[in-house]
Amino acid sequence: MREPFLKLRGICKRFPGVVALDNVDLDVYSGEIHVLLGENGAGKSTLIKILTGAYQKDAGEIIIDGKEVQIRTPREALQLGISCIYQELNLIPHLSVAENIFLGREPKLLPALGIIDLKDRYKRSAALLKELGCAVSPGVKVKDLGLGKQQMVEIAKALSLNARLVIMDEPTSSLSEKEVEELFRVVRQLKEKGIAIIFVSHKLEEIRQIADRVTVLRDGRKVATLARGEFDIEELIKLMVGRTLKEKFPKINVRRGREALRVEDIWTDTGLKGVSFSAYEGEVLGIAGLVGAGRTELARAIFGADPLRKGNIFIYGQRVDIKCPEDAIRAGLAFLTEDRKTQGLILGESVAFNITLAGIKQFRRWGFLDIRRQFETAEQLARDLKVKPLDIRRKARELSGGNQQKVVLAKWLCTRAKIFIFDEPTRGIDVGAKVEVYNLINQLLQNGAAVIMISSELPEILGMSDRILVMSEGRITGEFLREEATQEKIMKAATGGY
Amino acid sequence: MLKTVSEKAVKEPDIQAEGKINWKDLLYSLGALLGLILLSAVLTVLSPDFLTLNNLMNIARQSAINSLISVGMLLTILTAGIDLSVGSVLALSTVVMAILIIKLHVSPFIGVLAGLCLGAFLGFMNGILLTKLHLPHPFISTLGTMNIARGLALIVTGATPISGFPFSVQFLGAAFWGPIPVSFMLVLVVFIIFHLFLTRTTTGRYIYAVGGNPEAARLSGVPVERVLVIVYTLSGFMAAVAGLVLIGRVNAAYPLAGLGYELDAIAAVIIGGASFFGGVGTVWGTLVGALIMAVLRNGLNLLGVSADLQTVAIGAVIIGAVYIDVLRQRAINKGRR
Ligand SMILES: Nc1ncnc2c1ncn2[C@@H]1O[C@H](COP(=O)(O)OP(=O)(O)OP(=O)(O)O)[C@@H](O)[C@H]1O
Ligand SMILES: [Mg+2]
Repeated sequence: MREPFLKLRGICKRFPGVVALDNVDLDVYSGEIHVLLGENGAGKSTLIKILTGAYQKDAGEIIIDGKEVQIRTPREALQLGISCIYQELNLIPHLSVAENIFLGREPKLLPALGIIDLKDRYKRSAALLKELGCAVSPGVKVKDLGLGKQQMVEIAKALSLNARLVIMDEPTSSLSEKEVEELFRVVRQLKEKGIAIIFVSHKLEEIRQIADRVTVLRDGRKVATLARGEFDIEELIKLMVGRTLKEKFPKINVRRGREALRVEDIWTDTGLKGVSFSAYEGEVLGIAGLVGAGRTELARAIFGADPLRKGNIFIYGQRVDIKCPEDAIRAGLAFLTEDRKTQGLILGESVAFNITLAGIKQFRRWGFLDIRRQFETAEQLARDLKVKPLDIRRKARELSGGNQQKVVLAKWLCTRAKIFIFDEPTRGIDVGAKVEVYNLINQLLQNGAAVIMISSELPEILGMSDRILVMSEGRITGEFLREEATQEKIMKAATGGY
Repeated sequence: MLKTVSEKAVKEPDIQAEGKINWKDLLYSLGALLGLILLSAVLTVLSPDFLTLNNLMNIARQSAINSLISVGMLLTILTAGIDLSVGSVLALSTVVMAILIIKLHVSPFIGVLAGLCLGAFLGFMNGILLTKLHLPHPFISTLGTMNIARGLALIVTGATPISGFPFSVQFLGAAFWGPIPVSFMLVLVVFIIFHLFLTRTTTGRYIYAVGGNPEAARLSGVPVERVLVIVYTLSGFMAAVAGLVLIGRVNAAYPLAGLGYELDAIAAVIIGGASFFGGVGTVWGTLVGALIMAVLRNGLNLLGVSADLQTVAIGAVIIGAVYIDVLRQRAINKGRR
């Protein structure tokens, strides 16, 4: 049998109060797509960061090509042929694609003077991108590219570094379906070249499509490694969460109540062109559409995050004038943003701080905060949402991605809002926790809340919505009741055909 | 061994969560305190005059002005900003007090009140310039105010000092309560109030949120602009309060007072463990920072070090203190206890 490119033996990593990795072994072969799977906080990102030199392991061996190596810095990882494409991409937005690909390794015309060979750099960048089958000009600035294209630039960079192992941590979580297809095509191409690939995703359907082997982690321990053909989705879920999930979408039916929110003919500079709709108590209103259709912009406009150019908003029949998010919260709105790191969390502050930030006024007594009650409430919410580790004094930065998402959810539950706008509420959340989020939405409905759920995952939209709006280019191009909605109808509306 | 440790941590999250002490934070502020103790110990050995009641009270008095300015500066730095105008604001508000009280014979109470209000108003203007004109960084708006206030102070006084305040105005800066200078007691009271403000009020918590991530704060309903205006207003107000203490110390108001005070305040805040990137810092750290600066100046004086060399030493201490912070941060980030 062939030697694996990468062998990990007995890797351990501890953080104060948490064992992130406990004696993990892993083999990754050249030309293999190896998926890491596990619940939020299982240790996937930590394992990757140890491979890229971002963290140091406490114990264990890393063996590459049969030789034990030490990876102390990201630079050493690169020299060993390990490239990582992080979820928050490491590109410099104001530089061009070619500049980014060769950053720090510019081909020189006159090496002694450090003069860059611009033509050569351009040509080589173009060649790399062409090899990937990616239609991007090396001259454009990275900030003008969509996320999918930016990932391609990262991959081109990895290729130019002669990477032999490419690691991707949840690369597909914010990509459109088309972009995911494109990414998979390129990933398979890397595999053909004999590059080893480690791939992290919570989307089981994708894993079924692309994985050669899957390693499941649970609570920092390796549970199993299964080869293609040895696993099915049910089996993976069971290994991951330790039990079977009865229902992926635990939809309940609540009687539809009063009209909670009405939006009339909203126009904004961010691209909304006359949007009108209503949302009702006890109803999940799903909003589907392609990336860039204006769904997030709609949510932001309603919430006062972007100014309206024209249009009216009514809450329980009353016209409200929402100038800023503070007004929106006062009016009973909650808005869970899609990007938790930049818009959702104060990463350097504690979980308790983050959970109580939006609803902090309720803890005021005689002008001072009742810190005890504040902490008790935060703790209760963290417990309800099964935030792991359950330590509300921990900094938000120290939580795994999925647990950070739960903290953002908890923040809005803490406001006692009546109308919830969720923008991609289950992004980066594991299958088990997804069901918990859905149950929570159900609970909100039973308490008489109105829920608006923006999601790019059609199964989620179809599985949880009572009514579905479809957006395209800043307009609503379709509306379906739960009974009549199908993937095909939604896709048709999303691509512009009414 | 290790297993039991981790089991305990897993089994008893509640105790960990409810125990009042946050070790990391404690270590964080203790860092500067440790430095202060060490510095004092060294000076005690080097100079017999250092550890005397008289000298300690001297230090308390000398640190008062910088402490008062620093606590305002801390607020701005917590929001990832800065206030360069504090020294000039101090000067302008003191000369206005002097003109009102000494030249125009306004009642001292009204005169002082007017001076304090002027300080707050200048700070308020800093906040408005930042949030309403959307000047890109408070460095710019406060740099402008710094020059404007200084110029006005020179114009209204004709560039000459004014002296002869009644004792009631000098009280805060000149009086003693037993051996303890009133100015230092004022510092303690002010710091307790600011501590409560920052940790126990919504506005105080908002300040940390704005510094940590302004966009997330805004989307969580934090009135970011209002918070910034409050912060700069308080900073200006504290500069005027410090000016009142200065009046008591020198019994005069002069238009060139407070030159370079902004830099001393920034130094105290940073030595005290606050981060220039915002969101990190405590009033107690800042107090320790201000005391370190005062102890250092006092000690070097006792040792007969020239003023020029003192400046060099203080520069070195600033760099050293912040470097220690960097090291400590790195140790924390490595995830090791
Ligand atoms: N810098 C850190 N300091 C303290 N604890 C940390 C740190 N980074 C990660 N952890 C903890 O280590 C554990 C594993 O986290 P990790 O990010 O590897 O999870 P993950 O499998 O990537 O989860 P997700 O699917 O949610 O991204 C979690 O309990 C997390 O809280
Ligand atoms: Mg992760």
